[in-house]
Amino acid sequence: MSEIIISAENIGKRYKISHQTKEKYQTFREAIVRSAKTIKNTLKKGKNADNYEDFWALSELSFEIKKGDVCGIIGRNGAGKSTLLKIISRIVEPTTGRLELEGRVASLLEVGTGFHQELTGRENIFLNGSILGMSSVEIKKKFDAIVDFSGVSQFLDTPVKRYSSGMYVRLAFAVAAHLEPEILVVDEVLAVGDAEFQQKCLGKMSEISKEEGRTILFVSHNIGAVQSLCSKGMVLNKGKLQFYGGINEAINQYTSGQEQLNTWSGENGDPALLSVYKTYIQNMDGNTNYFSKDALEIGAEFAAHTDFKDLVVGFSIYSTIGSPLVRCLYNDYNDRVSLNKGRYQVKFQVPPNTLAPGNYRLSFDFAMPFVKKINSNETDLVFEIIGNQDGAGNRYFVQGNSEYNSLIRPNWFSSITILN
Amino acid sequence: MNRIIIEPGKTEKNYWLDIWRFRELLLILSWRDIKVRYRQTKLGIAWAILRPMLTMGILLLVFNRFVGLNTTNGQPYALFVFAGQLPWMFFATALSDASNSIIANERLITKVYFPRIIIPFSSIATSLVDFLISMVLLFGLMVFYGVEPTWRLLLLPVFFLLVLMAAMGAGLFVAALNVQYRDFRYIVPFIVQFGLYLSPVGYSIARVPAAWRALFSLNPIVGIIDGFRWCITGEGVIFLQWPFWISVGVILIFLVLGVYQFRGMEKRFADII
Repeated sequence: MSEIIISAENIGKRYKISHQTKEKYQTFREAIVRSAKTIKNTLKKGKNADNYEDFWALSELSFEIKKGDVCGIIGRNGAGKSTLLKIISRIVEPTTGRLELEGRVASLLEVGTGFHQELTGRENIFLNGSILGMSSVEIKKKFDAIVDFSGVSQFLDTPVKRYSSGMYVRLAFAVAAHLEPEILVVDEVLAVGDAEFQQKCLGKMSEISKEEGRTILFVSHNIGAVQSLCSKGMVLNKGKLQFYGGINEAINQYTSGQEQLNTWSGENGDPALLSVYKTYIQNMDGNTNYFSKDALEIGAEFAAHTDFKDLVVGFSIYSTIGSPLVRCLYNDYNDRVSLNKGRYQVKFQVPPNTLAPGNYRLSFDFAMPFVKKINSNETDLVFEIIGNQDGAGNRYFVQGNSEYNSLIRPNWFSSITILN
Repeated sequence: MNRIIIEPGKTEKNYWLDIWRFRELLLILSWRDIKVRYRQTKLGIAWAILRPMLTMGILLLVFNRFVGLNTTNGQPYALFVFAGQLPWMFFATALSDASNSIIANERLITKVYFPRIIIPFSSIATSLVDFLISMVLLFGLMVFYGVEPTWRLLLLPVFFLLVLMAAMGAGLFVAALNVQYRDFRYIVPFIVQFGLYLSPVGYSIARVPAAWRALFSLNPIVGIIDGFRWCITGEGVIFLQWPFWISVGVILIFLVLGVYQFRGMEKRFADII
């Protein structure tokens, strides 16, 4: 009990990123001259040193993981989670530090690594199993169990290119679930597949850890899954270890440690027309953990320095990639068009379970319609919605397929009745 | 329980042992390539017979019929060509496949650990299957032409080992560099194309002026082809003379260089691929 199976000391990983600071080529002639210069410089210096910058994907990471622990690694995109898993899996080499692993590591960074489209399900079980580190004797021994778990037994002799994506994932995970390494490293792979199968996989994983005492490192954006599966939690933030300890505390750390901008105050606008003094977003508890299920309040304080016959007061919510999702104005659904000189507070309420987990930009708009916008982007806010801890509102998350992961995720379900 | 220590720049202590542990993966990857190669082809495995036979037919037509070359010891020219073509085709396919192998298996490289050298080795093993099929064809040709095998044929495995080493050395070298500099993707087809002319596949080394032979033998395949012919048709021009040893030397240098280059780069493959 409690022997250390993974110990990391000062792990760091540096990448060199190249800058693209040059202007766009104007003419073909210029392009040729430039590339000639680049070649000359390259030959002279040996390297275009100026164009590279160091980027530490991970730095000064030290931790110890005990045998039988199931450790969830959480952090935002780019926090270094995948890099850490790749180092532990021996796929990439760390730039600094030392890592000791007591035992075999099997990594599941992708579902169906090495699956070949042209080969049949049966053939792919052997191929994938062997890539993941099983011997053929082992695969033969577990073959029936794998097929059973996958539920695709009728299609074993069909090339996997004819499989539906669901079948593909089932078969791939079935192979992986029958690995018997001392350390299992799992990246966001459960995100694919339907909820029932996800549940089955989670069950299998906790069975592996509890009954067989195996160590699991698990990365997922599904906080609910991390919470139910893991006992330990590691929070990474910009490549550094922010917290390592019990899973509940880790989740609290993660959800409170966001780099958000939930309030802004100052003075913005036009002294002759209108000044904005404060913008904010908050939930009813007044804290900054916004779960999907929370009702959110969005508000602003401003002063009209003159009488407005017609004024737009409202906001838009954008996704991280800048798609407009929501537009809401105080007078869109009523006749309140004029606004007299004076100081005001305006409040909006976002009903519970409207936005899916993710990051959003909130941009306020004080404008004379069709004339000009008065405030600037300075008053914009950034906030994050966290998935409900029970997973409600974000079940059936499909990794990498935005078709199924809309950002507006309301509970519009009305009823379902049997007809006959 | 085995302990794994990961440190930057640390060379694996049990590197070659690790490769032995993953030997099954090597076989399975080759098996995959062979299985996939002839999927959805009408002629299927027949291609493995057609390819060498057609190549031989064309070389025979050009060098024997058109140019009018012939063997000095009265052996059939077809057999002479085939004996030269055996190692050349193995080398050419092994080199092309191995040099592209790491890039072609990018998904594996970035998602799972195993000794990376397994991948080019498995490409070479795949080419080996074609070689073995060609060996069967060779015996068929010998029977067809009524050529009796001599004790020299027993030494063929030695020369096979040489061509294997040549393919490994060059294959590893190019496979590793190809990850960083994709230029090699364009260079290798050139090497293979020119190599057919610069190697004595369709003609005899005796046609190369004696003064040029040392330079000519810098192409490692020259010595190997000579060895193969010595075993099969009994015609060895530079066999065991010093141009032959030049070829062997080049093979050994390339092997060391290839392994060294590959091992030096393999830990960074996932970062730069």
